[in-house]
Amino acid sequence: MSDSKMISVTVNGETTTAAVPVRQNLVDFLRNTMGLTGSHVGCEHGVCGACTLEVDGAMVRGCLMLAVQADGTQVTTIEGYGDRAAALRDAFTARNALQCGYCTPGMLASAVEYIEGGGAADRAAIREHLSGNYCRCTGYQSIVDAVCDVIDGASA
Amino acid sequence: MKAADFLYERPASLGDALALLADADRDAAPLAGGQSLMPMMNFRLAAPGMLVDLSGLDALRGITLEDGALRIGAMTRYVELTGSDLVSDHAPLIAQALPHIAHAAVRNRGTIGGSVALADPAAEMPALLLALDAVITVQSEEGSKDHAANDFFLGMYETALEPGELVTAITIPPRGDRRFAFYELARRHGDYAMAGVALSCATDRTDHRVAYFSIADRALRATAVEAVLDAGGAVDDAIAALEGLPFSGDLNASDATKKHLSGIVLKRALGGL
Ligand SMILES: Cc1cc2nc3c(=O)[nH]c(=O)nc-3n(C[C@H](O)[C@H](O)[C@H](O)COP(=O)(O)OP(=O)(O)OC[C@H]3O[C@@H](n4cnc5c(N)ncnc54)[C@H](O)[C@@H]3O)c2cc1C
Ligand code: FES
Ligand code: FES
Repeated sequence: MSDSKMISVTVNGETTTAAVPVRQNLVDFLRNTMGLTGSHVGCEHGVCGACTLEVDGAMVRGCLMLAVQADGTQVTTIEGYGDRAAALRDAFTARNALQCGYCTPGMLASAVEYIEGGGAADRAAIREHLSGNYCRCTGYQSIVDAVCDVIDGASA
Repeated sequence: MKAADFLYERPASLGDALALLADADRDAAPLAGGQSLMPMMNFRLAAPGMLVDLSGLDALRGITLEDGALRIGAMTRYVELTGSDLVSDHAPLIAQALPHIAHAAVRNRGTIGGSVALADPAAEMPALLLALDAVITVQSEEGSKDHAANDFFLGMYETALEPGELVTAITIPPRGDRRFAFYELARRHGDYAMAGVALSCATDRTDHRVAYFSIADRALRATAVEAVLDAGGAVDDAIAALEGLPFSGDLNASDATKKHLSGIVLKRALGGL
């Protein structure tokens, strides 16, 4: 039997109390218990970025954090980004910056952090920031285009 | 893969954490940022019986200046080092290396103490601490002691840490008027380097400290190279002095490639001094 603990966590603005097995990672909790399937589990060792989400305002790897560690935190998944990701969602669609969509929630989370951090429409800097997120489909070019579009649009 | 089952505690005081870690029967491991431990557990390369989460120990967090020396608590995250003026003023070598350590999401949780305790041969921080002549403070229920970085990194994932001990702080001596340089070669920005070097020297180009990472089983100083540079030798002579280092290849590069890359990063770092 897995050891479990009670946690109270605010996910996308709503506070939930749940018993979680201590070995369960945060993404599995969000997917299996909360039904929030936007964050994907790809590699489970921190390399692919498909599980990227926000905890207390900072971008983290959901696969490298235990659900029990999220006790008392504010978690934002791609389902909860709302307006913060609206321009990016449009730009990703317009630029064909997603195909299978597996990496997209993590890409959007990383791109939101870059843009909200005041990042410039500088392709090298964007690539550096997104370097922790793998995409198997797009070749990255169109993703960088989409991020540039949003920054250029916002500063126009 | 998923981690094997374990027990989990988040103690509220350092004393409680040390007590949990002192009991060998629990087979407890400290959990800092989890950015290395969680992948190892997910791969079942590690299966501790208990995780002692250090995130509630505020005493292990923070960056302060004491008599010109920079003191960094073990649980201080990379992202906090990046945002710190104290770090960029007093340890510019660290500030220079930070963007090369992993990716932003990993730096948001990874800690300096976790990196030092793990002693990954490819990690930047152990080499930076060697180049900076830093002191690593560890504590157990018996008390605390200081190790010079020089005596701390013993082999692959092997340090002077004993069971039941925690790294509590890193102290970097006053920078004086020394110069610093850092260079690494990686396949993709943020990935572990194929070879890297951190160096420091007095402004008059004497008293060099040349510390390598990702070329051997641990971070290490190239003392023969330091001697050549201290004597005012040419770059090529310094590169020739790499000969005696215990190069060891990994999945990315052979011993011979590591040796070749070591010369390249040295040349580029010296160019940036
Ligand atoms: C995709 C990816 C890329 C990465 N790239 C790099 C890179 O380029 N360079 C690099 O240096 N690192 C890299 N890392 C590793 C990352 O920087 C880790 O954060 C760091 O090495 C370990 O710090 P942590 O706080 O996460 O430690 P944890 O993973 O929590 O712990 C690591 C080990 O140290 C022990 N430990 C932790 N804290 C203490 C303490 N205070 N006292 C005693 N023992 C302790 C733990 O029990 C464990 O054995 C990467 C990680 C990922 C996932
Ligand atoms: S699933 Fe978390 S980084 Fe790949
Ligand atoms: S769109 Fe398929 S992985 Fe990125």
